[in-house]
Amino acid sequence: MSAGPRPVSPGSLIALPPVFWLGIFFVVPFLFVLMISLATPQIGRPPYVLGFSLDSYAAIFGDAKYLDALLNSLRLASLTTLLTLILGFPMAYVMARAAPGPRAVMLLLVFIPFWTASLLRIYAWMALLQEGGIVNRVLIMLGVIDRPLTLLYTTGSILVGMVYAYLPFMVLPLFAVLSRLDWRLLDAASDLGARPPVTFLRITLPLAAPGILAGSLLVFVPALGEFVVPELLGGQSGLMIGKLIWYEFFNSNDWPRAAALSVSFVVVILSLPLLGQLRGRRPEAGA
Amino acid sequence: MSRRYAWPALVLACVGFAFLYVPLFTLVAYSFNESQRVTMWTRFSTRWYAALAGSQELIDATLMSVKIATLSATMAVIVGTAAAIALARYKRFRGRGLLMLAVTVPLATPEVLIGFSLLLLFVGLGIERGVLTVVIAHTTLGIAYVTVVVQARLASFDRSLEEAAADLGGRPLAVFKLVTLPLLMPGLVAGWLLTFVLSLDDLVLANFVNGPGTSTLPMVVFGRVRTGLSPEVNALAAIFIAFVTVTLAVVLLLERSNTAHAAAQD
Repeated sequence: MSAGPRPVSPGSLIALPPVFWLGIFFVVPFLFVLMISLATPQIGRPPYVLGFSLDSYAAIFGDAKYLDALLNSLRLASLTTLLTLILGFPMAYVMARAAPGPRAVMLLLVFIPFWTASLLRIYAWMALLQEGGIVNRVLIMLGVIDRPLTLLYTTGSILVGMVYAYLPFMVLPLFAVLSRLDWRLLDAASDLGARPPVTFLRITLPLAAPGILAGSLLVFVPALGEFVVPELLGGQSGLMIGKLIWYEFFNSNDWPRAAALSVSFVVVILSLPLLGQLRGRRPEAGA
Repeated sequence: MSRRYAWPALVLACVGFAFLYVPLFTLVAYSFNESQRVTMWTRFSTRWYAALAGSQELIDATLMSVKIATLSATMAVIVGTAAAIALARYKRFRGRGLLMLAVTVPLATPEVLIGFSLLLLFVGLGIERGVLTVVIAHTTLGIAYVTVVVQARLASFDRSLEEAAADLGGRPLAVFKLVTLPLLMPGLVAGWLLTFVLSLDDLVLANFVNGPGTSTLPMVVFGRVRTGLSPEVNALAAIFIAFVTVTLAVVLLLERSNTAHAAAQD
């Protein structure tokens, strides 16, 4: 590179508005959260006094319910990601291999729930899982059970709601990647004598990996902090971090504690890939 | 080319689609139920739709939500397209890494965090909460989605059209306005619609950064639903689903006729 002042690339100029906006409205707020997490709560407006106090953090680390909520959130988010993957992969696969006509229809079918307010869709499950709701009625009709099961307000109902809400977020990235696949690779593999399961494991799956990764990211992290599903479908059971932060803020009006919880939550999220890297550390040839 | 799906894939896919649609069907079905209870079907009735139309609270909330959604979508498209262009067209510039991070992280951040942090910002800076703050929140999230969509659109572009226009003497701004922008339009529209729907649906962000007297539709629905079932919500849901279905079907048909038209011209 020659010496002298570098001219400002037009890229930098165009990037300025978005960087500016996201800097102010996304990055800076997190600094505020950090600041408030060190404040002390008070009655009044605003309900905190700035300062440097680790009381909120001490309260969080000292109370088991926060750790329970975190572990529960991790568990539910992982299960949600896994289930959406299992349910969504066949959908994306069939869509990707379909002829343009059926494929467009299937895309439409995936998009309709995606664009229908998730609040309404979760509400639908409230009705379905009720004691007198359809699921119970069908089960009784089929003779599977005698009396209605308590399906609502359980961990199971939260899981169903989460999978339902996040399924399109897994299907669409998977579809985006799978639709670019060169299907002749599969034909070649079977020509070489590979049976379908082997082809799937050794060719389709690795090639679909970027889509799986993208979908998992779009599902796992937001699911960790999900509020609406556990609130409407979980009731008292299934305390999750999102719900806790909400309660600390709206119900207890303890902003510093909500902030400290948020900071801890962010730290956990950020350390997850690091944990993944530590576990996956092994010599790779030509990675 | 033969299209063989192993039958397990087809069956599982059908299960997936059925899973997506059964709740939607029940929503619509029960919106026409005379009885208030979900547990039994009495007879066909449109009383809940009438109740919906008569509910001032719901109407005001809907108008409020539509207003906020329109503003947010428009802002998000403007800012997000800038980000997408910067990322797709300029491979090295100062701040590129930062921009990439800034537009992807919101997609993977729980809304509770975004909402809470924005609220602290507004309170800390003394910004009064109301329509403006909700628009800011929705725009911030929308930018991430718009950038992804427009970037994808830019990547699938044929740059030779722009180069041809430039060769014919067009200055960069003119080339952008007359060639790039029209070709980008489907992506811009998609991004706009995406943000619009996101904003219309959002409960968490709105709850955190909203001000008194500006209730959005999700806030009102949530308030009603929290305590139990409410058939007007079913009616609302049915209308919503119908609207989304019709819009998407129209978009789909337009897109198909567009590509058919373009193909016919070759």
